[in-house]
Amino acid sequence: MSNTIKFKIDGKEIVAEYGKTVIEAARENGVYIPTLCNFAGVPAKGGCRMCTIKINNRFMTSCTTPAAAGMEIENDTPEINALRKSIIELLFVSGNHFCPSCEKSGNCELQALAYRYQMMVPKYPYSFPVKEVDASSPKIIKDQNRCVLCQRCMKTIKTESGERYFAFSKRGADLEVIMDPELAEKMTDEIAQLAMDNCPVGSIIKKEIGFAEPIGTRKYDKEVIGTDIEG
Amino acid sequence: MSKKVIATASLAGCFGCHMSILDIDERIIDLVELVEFNKSPVDDIKKFTKRVDVGIIEGGCCNSENVENLKYFRENCDILISLGECAIMGGLPALRNGIPIKECLDEAYLDGPTVRLNTEKIIPNDPELPMILDRVYPCHEVVKIDYYLPGCPPRADLIWDALVALLTGSEMDLPYEVIKFD
Repeated sequence: MSNTIKFKIDGKEIVAEYGKTVIEAARENGVYIPTLCNFAGVPAKGGCRMCTIKINNRFMTSCTTPAAAGMEIENDTPEINALRKSIIELLFVSGNHFCPSCEKSGNCELQALAYRYQMMVPKYPYSFPVKEVDASSPKIIKDQNRCVLCQRCMKTIKTESGERYFAFSKRGADLEVIMDPELAEKMTDEIAQLAMDNCPVGSIIKKEIGFAEPIGTRKYDKEVIGTDIEG
Repeated sequence: MSKKVIATASLAGCFGCHMSILDIDERIIDLVELVEFNKSPVDDIKKFTKRVDVGIIEGGCCNSENVENLKYFRENCDILISLGECAIMGGLPALRNGIPIKECLDEAYLDGPTVRLNTEKIIPNDPELPMILDRVYPCHEVVKIDYYLPGCPPRADLIWDALVALLTGSEMDLPYEVIKFD
């Protein structure tokens, strides 16, 4: 049996190794499917739903679906892009995302997705939830106002022995990602930087340095998110 | 062709968006050919003197005067634009939205580290003063808004392109660089 399979995304033929997920196969073939929670080193969980596509006319998440031969996939269509824009808008109104005062502005994936899908204003009402800012760690600030609960910090920021710096706390609508106070106390600069970089939004901010890179020169100020994949 | 009429206002904003309007540089000469200004801080006209084609609102609503002014604009403008993050989502003034209003006033007038001269411990209460709202509201939660131009401030090119498109009825080109939230 051949180890490669072929399927189609928006009419383009995709050749992929057997066992890859749709999103991995797409990425390797220069097709961008947006994600927030899907990240290198994090097991796919289909949490954020940004990578929703239509496979043989059914909505599926591309990060959790193994690619199979003969799939007919819709990705960059007005229908699916409108759904993605809705998800972005819901994330904007369910937290407190004050871009003008955020150190992550310009490097933020949520904001970059809003730019890509041309969100001028969310179509949902702002909820202005009351959230805490935890500045107890000497190295980082954990701002719950901006957290999108993607779990990227929980899954990727660990000690050498595998202990997690971040974990879920509470449940349901109150769910939040909190820091382990003891580990946060001993956090190194390198771990703090990695945690900030791996956070798709501005929920983890490294202390004592800000706006070293001016607004206007940051990653997504000029470059549309996904163009590194699309080429 | 008669000139289109424009009006502008700064509600709970910092006038940065108005500065960005001025940042269209020499195109302001072309703008004067295209439009005349009515009620606006630019010409200091306080009351509408005629029907306005395009009203431009900077800032959200943080007090009763903002609400009154915004409604006044809606009544007198055919098209109303939310200009900038504060008009669109409350912006920096809305950072107080999670804090009870009493705590905000106590911090500002009684307990704050820079409060020195308020020996009588008075929170300003003159009836002439607009009443502060429980939180800062985006403009579209108060009146109908027709268009949104994001940014803090919105780029001058975005304002220019949007105005020209609106006034001439042409299609609007939105290059990636002009839509920014910061």
